[in-house]
Amino acid sequence: MKKQVHKILEMADDELILGWRNSEWTGIAPLLEEDAAFASSAQNESGHARAWYELAARELDTTADELAFDRQPEEYRCSTLVQLRLVPDWGRTIARHCAYERADRARIEALKQSGDAEVAGLAAKIDREEAYHRMHAEMWFERLKDEPRFSAALEELEPLFDVREEHVPEFAALWEEMTMVRRSVAGATW
Amino acid sequence: MEAREQEFLDYVQGGGQVETDDWLPDEYRAKLIKFIEMHGNSELMGVLPEREWILRAPTLQRKLALTAKVQDEVGHSQLIYRVVEDLGKPREQCLDDLISGKSKFHNVFHYPTKTWGDVGVIAWLVDAAAIISQKALLKCSYAPYARIMKKICWEESFHILHGRDVVLTMMLGTNEQRELVQEALNRWWGPLMQFHGNPISRDEDPMYVWRIKSQGNEEARQQFLDGYVPQIWELGLTVPDPELRKGDDGVWEYTEPDWDELKHVVTGHGPKTAERLELRRTTRKETAWVRRAVLAEAA
Amino acid sequence: MGAACGVGGSGLIYEVFRQERKGQAFAHAGSVEAPNDEFAEAYAREQYGRRGESTALWIAPRDSLHEIEDFVDELGRNYHRVDGYPLKEKLGKARELAAKSADALSAGSG
Repeated sequence: MKKQVHKILEMADDELILGWRNSEWTGIAPLLEEDAAFASSAQNESGHARAWYELAARELDTTADELAFDRQPEEYRCSTLVQLRLVPDWGRTIARHCAYERADRARIEALKQSGDAEVAGLAAKIDREEAYHRMHAEMWFERLKDEPRFSAALEELEPLFDVREEHVPEFAALWEEMTMVRRSVAGATW
Repeated sequence: MEAREQEFLDYVQGGGQVETDDWLPDEYRAKLIKFIEMHGNSELMGVLPEREWILRAPTLQRKLALTAKVQDEVGHSQLIYRVVEDLGKPREQCLDDLISGKSKFHNVFHYPTKTWGDVGVIAWLVDAAAIISQKALLKCSYAPYARIMKKICWEESFHILHGRDVVLTMMLGTNEQRELVQEALNRWWGPLMQFHGNPISRDEDPMYVWRIKSQGNEEARQQFLDGYVPQIWELGLTVPDPELRKGDDGVWEYTEPDWDELKHVVTGHGPKTAERLELRRTTRKETAWVRRAVLAEAA
Repeated sequence: MGAACGVGGSGLIYEVFRQERKGQAFAHAGSVEAPNDEFAEAYAREQYGRRGESTALWIAPRDSLHEIEDFVDELGRNYHRVDGYPLKEKLGKARELAAKSADALSAGSG
């Protein structure tokens, strides 16, 4: 399990930050129906992040919230792909959505084979939930694939899933905002 | 009033309901569209002050609950605009009029949210004020609107629970946290008291006359005070109105709200009105290509 | 019901019917605007299922539905309605009659 904790945190951090970025579309998505649907993706990402943090927290003797919010910016292991602020570009947003879903699927498959029953079990559950998101991403992919700005974005963004060594400049501001309420009264219950 | 209109009026005043393809008097249709449209606008504009706090939520649980709440509100605006569209005004025109300032949205969504205290107070009290109005719409003479109100009220009840939980947690926390709640309440009390509108007698209120609403403004406000002031006081919070008291006759007395402020705000001069409409305008422009790419083929 | 297309040349309107619990009837829940069946499914699922309030949904393009509202009964077909069967009076008389016959029988056998 210890080896896998790094992988799990990587995944949790990706889902947390991607959930953030997807929430930035709430209220301003291109179509009202899509606004509600996309907010489900954001919610599920945060929900999956929570599940992974809880699993890692048991291993590391801490809590999910502490892992999610109380680490220093340098300690987050999320990819460049999820950190980018893409509003108001829907083409790039969907391109990232598609690129992320594909890469994440491979990652989840690997975790489903884990020797650790808890990890494998959670990966299987999340895989089943992801089915709907993959359908949604596919639906948009079909719709936008002939738009040049979309295919260009896909090409540009896909490799960024594996870029994790450094954070993009926006990340510092993101962390600042994400943790401001929590830091305002240290140790409080919210 | 011509005979057919009078017949319609008698019918709705007797509790009758109408459907989309029934004959509707012009005045009824116009007032209905305006009222329902304002509701749709309000749900959509309400999302903007709240969504910032999804990003800042101090726990994962709160982040999830707040995302779900805000998502409901987007969903409500979808339900409501669909009703307006079936009455003859297209969604895109509603959005045009919202952005240009031609149509209105409720006062509370023109104000800033400043702290996590606001998050609790809004979900608890603003949503409570809204649910009182919405319950009065369950018997709306226009049946398609009455029907969606059922779903809306059901979802709003979750929001109030969430708001109350946020507030109670803070009230049980540190002094700083309790201060956040009180300070937020101090700022939101004015807009809350204005929320149900000026105390026009219900027989002079066209919305009541046509039975679009089933209660008058003052009735709604009294209901709000009756339900929620005790809840506020029992937590040790103070309401920033020294005149607020319940009379022996059961009627709440309070300092007369600033009706000029209300008018000023809803006509587009609230502290955050311009900024929020601007955000909507620019994103709408930037995403126009998406609507063209996705919807054009369907027609 | 309203126009079949989003007014203004945009998407199609789909009506959504939801079933709250297995075994119950599907009831009309509302409508969504979407470019095609696939999007309509995604959006209906979202609007009418995200809080677990439905076990199942049916969706159909609005223009596939036919509305029927004019029912004619000029001659008053009371045999189709409950008020066409005034049983109370007849039942009262039949009971009376049965009671009299029972009395007569027992009187006769006395």
